[in-house]
Amino acid sequence: MTKSDEKLIDKNGLRIDGRKPDELRSIKIKVGVLSNADGSAYIEQGKNKILAAIYGPHETHPKHLALPDRSRLKCRYHMAPFSVDERKSPAPSRREIEISKVIRHALEPSIFLEYYPRTSIDLYIEVLQAHGGTRCASITVASLALADGGIPMRDLTVACAAGKVDGHIVLDLTDNEDKKGQADVPLAIMPNLNAITLLQMDGQLTISEFEETVEFALKGCKQLYEKQREALKAKYVTVEGEEE
Amino acid sequence: MVTRIKQKQIAQLINDGKRLDGREFDKHREIKLEIGVIEKAEGSARVFLGDTEVLVGVKVGIGKPFPDTPSEGVLTVNVELVPLASPMFEPGPPNEDAIEIARVTDRGIREAKTIDLEKLCLQPGKTVLVVFIDVYVLNHNGNLIDASAIAALAALLNTKTSKYEIEEGEVKVKPGYNQLPIRNHPIAVTFAKINDKLIVDPSLEEEEVMDARLTITIEKEGKICAIQKGGTGQITKEQIMEAVKTAETKSSEIRKMVVKD
Repeated sequence: MTKSDEKLIDKNGLRIDGRKPDELRSIKIKVGVLSNADGSAYIEQGKNKILAAIYGPHETHPKHLALPDRSRLKCRYHMAPFSVDERKSPAPSRREIEISKVIRHALEPSIFLEYYPRTSIDLYIEVLQAHGGTRCASITVASLALADGGIPMRDLTVACAAGKVDGHIVLDLTDNEDKKGQADVPLAIMPNLNAITLLQMDGQLTISEFEETVEFALKGCKQLYEKQREALKAKYVTVEGEEE
Repeated sequence: MVTRIKQKQIAQLINDGKRLDGREFDKHREIKLEIGVIEKAEGSARVFLGDTEVLVGVKVGIGKPFPDTPSEGVLTVNVELVPLASPMFEPGPPNEDAIEIARVTDRGIREAKTIDLEKLCLQPGKTVLVVFIDVYVLNHNGNLIDASAIAALAALLNTKTSKYEIEEGEVKVKPGYNQLPIRNHPIAVTFAKINDKLIVDPSLEEEEVMDARLTITIEKEGKICAIQKGGTGQITKEQIMEAVKTAETKSSEIRKMVVKD
């Protein structure tokens, strides 16, 4: 924020990577990418590259952690040491511990955990390359890994951030925009239930700016949801004429 | 910890527009502040939020700046859920709950640019002052985030550091004290969602019944500077906007108690 000489939005209203304010980064999603996992998915959102896998529901270890009336979702968000400019220590940082918690809370409302009492579902998220907005992309891809693993769910969960950069409200912030911008609002929704399951904010926004930012993020989530659905369906669709 | 029958009672009361302790939905418990309670700390404050009790000590030391902010002092917030504060707390390194409270408190202070960190630089890239905010929870009866944020701000306002100067590349301590440069006053207001209603400053019993938690931190100009949704439930956009507006009024009320000119 101190080096504000660098313009993040040019005179045509375009961002450094050429996107319009309300444009998402390019998205590539693949479901079912790891053979050992019970469910898995991979996402590329701009330069973010993230893998998610689930194991379970299975017996809980140690047993005293088991919940009598529902399954226990365990979530580990982790960044690879080579995923960022300066090598990140592989030990979990405070940031990663907090993000693991908010991701778990963002996904739990969508899962019928009560179908599997006393069991655990382990969700592992590995950020292979990070370029801003990894917690949101992680939620989007983790929800697909759960779906791929056949976990019964009320809805998919999809997440996207919006924020304020150079005085403009923009969608899907990159690393630079997040660091040099004025505010960042990550948000996750269950699109068919009209429910928000993750909301955070840092930076400074007036109440009306905040409302506009939330609207932006909600629109972004809905666009992403279409991509998410396509990716999930793509796993089960055979190309017509393939068996000729 | 809360029996089923009490959970039902709390939820039932909320439906009728009431709370277990008789408060209105938008009322905090009584807030009490004691300032400068630890002489060894550069700044300190003890805050009572009803039966919730939090002690914050601020220590200031000499350290190195982060490479990406070479001319700024360093701010760190740590929360200890001390085992004597609750039968649910256990000894050991901070767990995810403690880390979340610390990071939400940190976010409010940092994003409001509460401390003028550039004034804490002694030698750019080499020597800066490091401000350690240590939150000690002494009695847990709900809403630790608001109590921690209030206590942290009160302690910062009360912080005096030694006078440091650089002479021939070495740090020298001069006689006298400097007030820590504070230029903003962020206040966190936490809501619990129970039965689709939002209540301010949940007690421990209410927290154990709540579906979701929402913390809104407002700085002195009325801008939002941090938000954190917690808990495994969901909220709607309308509820968020309602919370933001309530937080704006509540935060200015609390700010008057904490900041006295």
